[in-house]
Amino acid sequence: MSAAAHAVAHSPEKRLRISRLGLWLFFLSESCLFGAFAAARFYMNGTYVPDDLNQILGLVLTSILLVSSLTAYRAETAIAHGNVAHGKLMILATMLLGLIFLGGVITEWSIAHFEPSEGYGTSFFSMTGLHASHVATGILFLGLAYMFAARGKYTPASHWGMTGVVMYWHFVDVVWVFFYPALYLTG
Amino acid sequence: MPAIARAPIVQGLIFGIVGFLIGIAGTGLVRVAFLGRDGGDWWSTDLSWTIGYPVALVGWLIGVGGWRYWGREWFGGEVDQYEMKGWQRYFGFSPDHKVIGIQYVVTFTLLFLLSGLTVMLVRYELAQSGLQLFNNDTYNAAMSFHGITMVAVAVAILAGGFGNYVLPLQIGAQDMAFPRLNALTFWLVPPVAILLVTAVLMGGWETGWSAYPPLANLQTKPGQVLFNLAVITFGLVSILGAINFLVTVIYERAPGMTWGRLPIFTWGIFAASLIAFFFTQAFAAGLAMILFDRVLGTSFFNASGGGSAILYQHVFWFYSHPAVYVMVLPAFGLILEILSHLSRKPLFAYRWAVGGMIGIVALSGVVWAHHMFTSGMQDYLHAPFLVLTELISIPTGLIFLAAIGTIWAGRLWVNVPMLFALGFLFNFLMGGITGIYLADVPTDLFLHDTYFVVAHFHYTIMGGEIFALMAATYFWFPKMTGRMYSERLGQLHFWMMFIGFQLVFLPMFDVGIKGMNRRVADFPSAYDDFNLFITLSAFFLGASFIPFTWNLVVSWIRGPKAEANPYRASTLEWQVSSPPPEHNFPEIPEVVGPPYPYGQPDVRHVPGPAGAAGAPAGGGGGGGG
Repeated sequence: MSAAAHAVAHSPEKRLRISRLGLWLFFLSESCLFGAFAAARFYMNGTYVPDDLNQILGLVLTSILLVSSLTAYRAETAIAHGNVAHGKLMILATMLLGLIFLGGVITEWSIAHFEPSEGYGTSFFSMTGLHASHVATGILFLGLAYMFAARGKYTPASHWGMTGVVMYWHFVDVVWVFFYPALYLTG
Repeated sequence: MPAIARAPIVQGLIFGIVGFLIGIAGTGLVRVAFLGRDGGDWWSTDLSWTIGYPVALVGWLIGVGGWRYWGREWFGGEVDQYEMKGWQRYFGFSPDHKVIGIQYVVTFTLLFLLSGLTVMLVRYELAQSGLQLFNNDTYNAAMSFHGITMVAVAVAILAGGFGNYVLPLQIGAQDMAFPRLNALTFWLVPPVAILLVTAVLMGGWETGWSAYPPLANLQTKPGQVLFNLAVITFGLVSILGAINFLVTVIYERAPGMTWGRLPIFTWGIFAASLIAFFFTQAFAAGLAMILFDRVLGTSFFNASGGGSAILYQHVFWFYSHPAVYVMVLPAFGLILEILSHLSRKPLFAYRWAVGGMIGIVALSGVVWAHHMFTSGMQDYLHAPFLVLTELISIPTGLIFLAAIGTIWAGRLWVNVPMLFALGFLFNFLMGGITGIYLADVPTDLFLHDTYFVVAHFHYTIMGGEIFALMAATYFWFPKMTGRMYSERLGQLHFWMMFIGFQLVFLPMFDVGIKGMNRRVADFPSAYDDFNLFITLSAFFLGASFIPFTWNLVVSWIRGPKAEANPYRASTLEWQVSSPPPEHNFPEIPEVVGPPYPYGQPDVRHVPGPAGAAGAPAGGGGGGGG
């Protein structure tokens, strides 16, 4: 296999460390992108939050996303212990929670009382949109992980793909942990 | 299926075009469905490109190798082993870092020459006042194309090209840490080039390479959208490449290759990657905000909606100032590398040079607003950014002292790479000293937006980074091609380029001080004499690339066979054949000493017979000069 021929022959543990470092560096890099949008929000609007922003919906969506991190963690742990059936179930649960979150974002957009052309609306729509696009990507990758798990490609000794997807999912959650107060709670 | 249809480029193009059509058709359907027949056309140039291009990019990546290397595995198959042989590898999706390095070098050299030809037209226009060749629009298109393509070349060619080829060899690795990702990263480059050329053919864009709003928001030319999409894609190239380098240096070093034994070129790439992998996202963010403003109607840079055009300048320069260190840090490393090898002396103050590079990385992120002294930003920002900017001269000074200490009392082998390295030192010193006037607020208020800035920038990046690029091209040409270049043609190239460069850019300082504005197609006739002189010099400078191109093309085809180590150099890439075998080293080498053990008979970089390092070579080989 020519691809594998060019990958240096390392022990599986070292290969895993290499993959993890690459993914962590990617997260750091992405944090600069998200950080730029968060900084732009405070530069443009200060800490202003519109009074009629639907706080209940925001809190519910945040809770759903945080719970999805728990199911993602369960999925990875199950795969790591060889319990593929439970792992598959938890992947599906995570995907479902992610889809509910996306649906909530679309609801939020449709009921918002501000326009994208206003200062706060500019930040609100672009930040939630940027984040939602990452959630959608995460759902696609979880789908791939499900297909791998269903074909029995993951073993307790070798399941980097699963780990990587779940790390990405946690990262997208952490971004929301910063975006949520920046958009909802500063006012 | 005929063989040609199996070719990755052909498949990539087919899938890319299909993807683009799907993207614009989908956009059009949604528009017609939701906006109705009176609401709008199915085609909206900005929106259709913004949706169509990403889909096209995905299609291109699937066709060019994404399906073979990832997709089949995702959907239950095996990775396709299909790989071309011989010269055809360079047109395919190859995970071999040596193939990828040459792909980068050749692609960006072609882009460099194309962009250089464009600027010859710009200089022709500027030979006298009034408008001859261009009108204001076409002048902007040509100048903007020159700007962004040269920035792309400067960011990517030393790290992407020579870094990819040489760095794994220098640290004793078989390949990069992520070989498949490395190939994917390179194949993001052709869409960038296609998009930029398409943008110019569609009438270009008016903002130069910096895309300042409100002009970037307001102008109606579709080229602006294509430019933004292209540069965001190019940012991805830079980020993914940088992550690959960082992980490679951290985890793929050969046994015994401690951090203190890394060749200084590797340090330069490592330091540049530390900047590129993080800050590049800011440029992507700024360009994405422009796209949102144009396509979705947000108000990031629209003052009437609560936005601010100065916000863009902050976001943009937060990347684009560090970007010059992404260009120049590999050049520093390369120059120190060549000076040490060809002076036959250990690198002077190795640790201080490395410390200087890390110092530049640390300071790079806190100096950006010195580009904005005339922008109208808050006054209290002026003093801190003045001081922080001038602090940069300390780590840069360390690197210069290391360079001078290395050639001091050395036995210099003045061949073509060495000439370019020495030329770099002179040019970059000029660029550094004139930079002080632009970092100081009082002088910058006067000099901003004049040709003084153009001259300063070209002394640092063309006189610095591009001279280093030429040094690298000649230095590693025998290693990469297995053939030797013509020393005489190379020296002709150097002297033409060096003299032509001074004649072009020295007068620009003067004409800038006298008040000539940059970025305009026409100027008062009082500047006619200066500009005629500069234009004639520019044609001479451009002509210096004729012997360059001739030399490298002819030498690659039928130059004399190169030895494994024509410079008797000590680092690992010279201890294998030219070009190196497929997996770099017959067995993983073990490193036992510092990288430049010249003049120390008992010290070795790698175990082996004496002669590899430490042998006198001044005037040997094809040298003399």
